[in-house]
Amino acid sequence: MKRRMNARVVVLETVVAPLYWIILAASVWILLRGHNEPGGGFIGGLVAVGATVLWGAARGPSSARHKLPFGDPVLLAAVGVLASAVSGIPAWFVGASYLTHQSFMLPLGFTELWVSTVMLFDAGVYLCVWGAVSGFGLGLLAIDDDAGDEGADAAAPRARATTKAARRARR
Amino acid sequence: MTVPMSMLITSPIFVPLLTAVLATLAYRRPALQRAISFTGILALLACAVALVQFAIEGRPMAVSFGGWEAPFGIEFSVDRLGAIMVLLTALMGLAALVFQIGDPETSPAGEPSKPFVLPLLHGMLVGVGGAFVTADLFNMYVWFEVMLIGVLGLFAAGSRLDQLEAAFKYFVLNVAGTLLLVVAVGAVYAVTGQLNFTALSEAAAFLSPGMALLLLASLGVAFLVKAGAFPLFAWLPAAYHTLPGPVLALVAGLLTKVGVYALLRVFGDVFAPAPEAALGLALEALGWIAAATMLTGVLGAAYHWDMRRILGFHIISQIGYMLLGIALGTEAGNGGTLFYTAHHIIVKANLFFIAAIAWRMTGSYDLRKIGGLANARPLLAIVFAIPALSLVGIPPLSGFWAKLIVLRETLALGHVAWTVVALVVSFLTLYSMMKIWMEAFWKPHPDPSHPLEARGLAPAWCVTIGLALITVLIGLFPDTLAGYCLAAAAEIGGAR
Repeated sequence: MKRRMNARVVVLETVVAPLYWIILAASVWILLRGHNEPGGGFIGGLVAVGATVLWGAARGPSSARHKLPFGDPVLLAAVGVLASAVSGIPAWFVGASYLTHQSFMLPLGFTELWVSTVMLFDAGVYLCVWGAVSGFGLGLLAIDDDAGDEGADAAAPRARATTKAARRARR
Repeated sequence: MTVPMSMLITSPIFVPLLTAVLATLAYRRPALQRAISFTGILALLACAVALVQFAIEGRPMAVSFGGWEAPFGIEFSVDRLGAIMVLLTALMGLAALVFQIGDPETSPAGEPSKPFVLPLLHGMLVGVGGAFVTADLFNMYVWFEVMLIGVLGLFAAGSRLDQLEAAFKYFVLNVAGTLLLVVAVGAVYAVTGQLNFTALSEAAAFLSPGMALLLLASLGVAFLVKAGAFPLFAWLPAAYHTLPGPVLALVAGLLTKVGVYALLRVFGDVFAPAPEAALGLALEALGWIAAATMLTGVLGAAYHWDMRRILGFHIISQIGYMLLGIALGTEAGNGGTLFYTAHHIIVKANLFFIAAIAWRMTGSYDLRKIGGLANARPLLAIVFAIPALSLVGIPPLSGFWAKLIVLRETLALGHVAWTVVALVVSFLTLYSMMKIWMEAFWKPHPDPSHPLEARGLAPAWCVTIGLALITVLIGLFPDTLAGYCLAAAAEIGGAR
């Protein structure tokens, strides 16, 4: 008998689909806005976590996990750190020290786009926060939800088994 | 600032960070993960060798991140002291990674059940490397945090009940130290308005003695928690013995020594120009703490029967000798501390590696339940004898020279009490090593039918024999290392 943390909420399950994308869009807006105004990768990433955890609460952590980019919070966070770490490298090729950020105008023909390595750094922070905090959130949701991803808590059954063994040993 | 130099100074954090991330991305493919992991550690080793070489040549090595210059930006700077610590870090990382091949706990044959051990291990090295090259007090605190998170992950990665309990104890007791450190750093910033090491040492001369003593004491206590000194070492014996063999050797070899390094940097370099009244008092207190650390560590070791606990208490005891060198406040004392640290990292990690081999062959770490190793594997007995006798300080092994440098300086400055404690502790260390020798190696195994065999020990042998060779080489040719260490001490200057 499967036990769910909360019984099905039909309204939430229906509404979560559009809401998920709206929240993600808002988080990306916060990320981009952070370039010159309050906002940025960290807070944007936290907002994105809101979307993922909402999906997890409505349709189960396993489903939310598969909906993440790369289908795995660990990989998402790792890609984020990689992007941030790599964003400091171009500085070496212009003779500056690591993380000296570069920016330039990219001509697109009809207009010019302002590109900078800071953006890559911030996007990396965004992905890292999204992946890492979602991983914790979905892991917590999965504790009470046996329908959760089996990979999520491969460790949990073992810990439980050890607890049982320890109890037996004490008797 | 040429491009390769800028890259090189960043390498102690950049290389392990990249390795950790790539190893995480490959966590579903153990073979690829291991290949990335080895490539990363070899690259770090190459960078470390280059750093030491440049440090010997006396090239100035400093870089400000993002081009924000020193008083505002974060500066990395590498001198002889930092360079050799990075080299030791890379060397120990390589040793642990080789030993980890075929380790039944972290890489059991067949199934990839511990996919995050290697990424966490490199993540920990990011923190260790960063602490050794940073020239900014707050940044150093950050690297201590990174280290703490990496080690916590390594504790929890096994998800055995006792490991989770150890992770909790380690976390709570270390966070106390970390909070103290951030408060101390805040106080330093409030008083001087600086965090950069160079700027701080210029400001230190203008501090009032009372304020200087307050800052030194708060920084000192925070780093003493991290170094595992008396009476703040409770986290170490509470947690270390639950780690799997290769990880334990790396953690035991490196982590407390980062605390020692931080103390050496702060007392011997950054705050060396502080008013003599304050610094003298702080160093005097440190000397007595060092003596108490030696004594309590070795007595704790005498009580235990678990090899990991015995060796864990010996870390504490040996930390005392390193602190003693710092407490002398002279160039020779600082150089002695560095020599002692280098010798100790290699010897201590090797003893833990050998204990892990003994565990794999006899089935237990408990000395009462094992035995017969000298008959079954005479070579292991010899390989054990080298680091064990070096730890005690028997000539001509590396530990003898380390103790000689520190104690000669202690005696020259007239600190007879500290010298006597140090010599008594050496004898008690011998007792502990004799205990391991008699129980694990000499007496027959209590269960005569136990096979005393283990599979896949070849990488483990390579590591332990290699480290034992380094110990012997340092012992036979101490001048190279001693000369380097004294030059490093002369470079940072001394308080007196």
